[in-house]
Amino acid sequence: MAVAAISKYEFAPTDTQDKFHGAQLLYIGWEDHLLFCAPFAFPFPPTMRFGDVVAGPMQAAFGYHPDFAQIDWAKVEWFKSGKPVTLDFDKSLAENGLKHKDVIRFRTPGLAGIEGSCS
Amino acid sequence: MDMQVAKKKLGLKERYAVMTRGLDWTPSYQKMEDIYPYIAYEGIKIHDWDKWEDPFRLTMDAYWKYQAEKERKLYAIIDAFNQNNGHLNVTDARYVNTVKLFISGISPLEYVAHRGFAHAGRAFPGPGPRVACLMQSLDEIRHAQTQVHSISNYNKYYNGMHDFHHMHDRVWFLSVPKSFFDDAITAGPFEFMVSIGFSFEYVLTNLLFVPFVSGAAYNGDMGTMTFGFSAQSDEARHMTLGLEVIKFILEQDPANVPIVQRWIDKWTWRGYRVLTLVAMMMDYMLPKRTMSWKEAWEVYFEENGGALFKDLARYGITMPKCAEQIALEKDHLSHQAWSTFYNYAAAANFHTWMPDEDEMAWLSSKYPESFDKLYRPRYEFWREQAAKGNRFYNKTLPMLCQTCQIPMIFTEPGDATKICYREVDYKGDKYHFCSDHCKEIFEHEPEKYVQAWLPVHQIYQGNCFPEGTDPTVEGFDPLAAVLKYYNLEHGRDNLDFDISEDKKNFAEWRGQATKNI
Repeated sequence: MAVAAISKYEFAPTDTQDKFHGAQLLYIGWEDHLLFCAPFAFPFPPTMRFGDVVAGPMQAAFGYHPDFAQIDWAKVEWFKSGKPVTLDFDKSLAENGLKHKDVIRFRTPGLAGIEGSCS
Repeated sequence: MDMQVAKKKLGLKERYAVMTRGLDWTPSYQKMEDIYPYIAYEGIKIHDWDKWEDPFRLTMDAYWKYQAEKERKLYAIIDAFNQNNGHLNVTDARYVNTVKLFISGISPLEYVAHRGFAHAGRAFPGPGPRVACLMQSLDEIRHAQTQVHSISNYNKYYNGMHDFHHMHDRVWFLSVPKSFFDDAITAGPFEFMVSIGFSFEYVLTNLLFVPFVSGAAYNGDMGTMTFGFSAQSDEARHMTLGLEVIKFILEQDPANVPIVQRWIDKWTWRGYRVLTLVAMMMDYMLPKRTMSWKEAWEVYFEENGGALFKDLARYGITMPKCAEQIALEKDHLSHQAWSTFYNYAAAANFHTWMPDEDEMAWLSSKYPESFDKLYRPRYEFWREQAAKGNRFYNKTLPMLCQTCQIPMIFTEPGDATKICYREVDYKGDKYHFCSDHCKEIFEHEPEKYVQAWLPVHQIYQGNCFPEGTDPTVEGFDPLAAVLKYYNLEHGRDNLDFDISEDKKNFAEWRGQATKNI
């Protein structure tokens, strides 16, 4: 459907990639850990190595949770837009096929939050 | 000598006719569609504007008289409240945070409502709705003013309210109520009347106004309570207008029904999402609770709203379909919202805290299905950590819903352990949503919502720093720069209630009032 309007209604979208000074947005959510109330939004250069995302910004964002230190990254299940995906730590975001405003989630088997409450 | 002829006094009905419809005229040298350019494009068909039944035959002169009298009384009470240091009689200083939420989140909406009703009134060719909109427009600006005046006394003593309007246009969570109203006033006049006049003022107002006003009464806030009662008669009029608008539109043409139904579906959901703030206020921020959010939803929406939609069934209008999802969320909404503000306490203009033992017991009893299982473990963990000096302050920005602009905090309908993710590809870009309803609203008018000013994205684009900020210098602290842009002082206006100046000052002042120190 289109907006009902009295004349032509065309405006540029606000959040296209060119507005982010060389970065692209990546959203990351940790399943079963709702102590973090929502998935995070990050601006990263598409050339950033995925392993560096995990070791740097993700550690900073999720590290408060006692489960984070216990994650066995070899066993982590990744999802992109809800579908299983394989992400290579040594490849960049772009090489991993991650585009502007993609959303990824990760599930850490055996870790289900504070007292198993999904918090 | 001339005979003195007694002037004939008009009866109420004639007076009303003269002062409203009698003021209208038929243009002779301008075309109707040039004078009323916004009346056709939404697809609503009106055949006879004279069928509009004004529910409250109020004329402008009577309006001034009543309102002036009411406001004289209101200001006398506000003065007395201020002179007697009424702010020290509230239950405890945590209460003031609901006032902060109100002045920065709700009062600015009253002002926008004033503009919205003025605009809608101007757009309608019928004199009946035009006059009704004019009066509501005046009500709304009076409410904005009296709220600012009532609450200004708190601003003398407590933090976070000093620049509420500036904050309303900038602070991340205030984009939720702001964008809600911006969406409404940028719609056509009929959609505006259905969105604000009907869905918000009629269907949902009891869940906004009543909780704040009765919350004020329960917590010793005479100023806000008096304002609320003073506004009550206006609100009753707004509700009547909202219902009249719906019935009028529906009776004019059967083709209007599906359009109106879609607006009701959309705006009930949009309004409900804004009420997330009220839900957490009721369950967490009022030291003395009035009722739980869940109870309020059941009474004011499921019972009262249910009766309303039964009444509207004869026009072919049905209960908004989002009601089913809302019913599933009522055990979770306030807890998920309060967790969010606890997370982002460093970036808000009010304080948050963890409920004490008694309050946790109250929450367990009101939410037996969800609280102990899902939320208590989280809170106990946070409380332990805070006691160890490790209070959780989430410093990474959240992903937001493109439509309601709330962080993606809501869980799947029926599974409160999984965040609900929805997405749409539109013209080469991805858009994300908290729910099927927000997604559907986007899909109906994507051209509108791709323009959303999402605070998180705006920060990352570099648009939320004070002018002249260079984010490329070494050691640049984005949170500090954003707080400056919000005009919030770190360590004073934000963070946990326990370490706040508000808490310390309130204890000291109340001590001075009640003890010999």
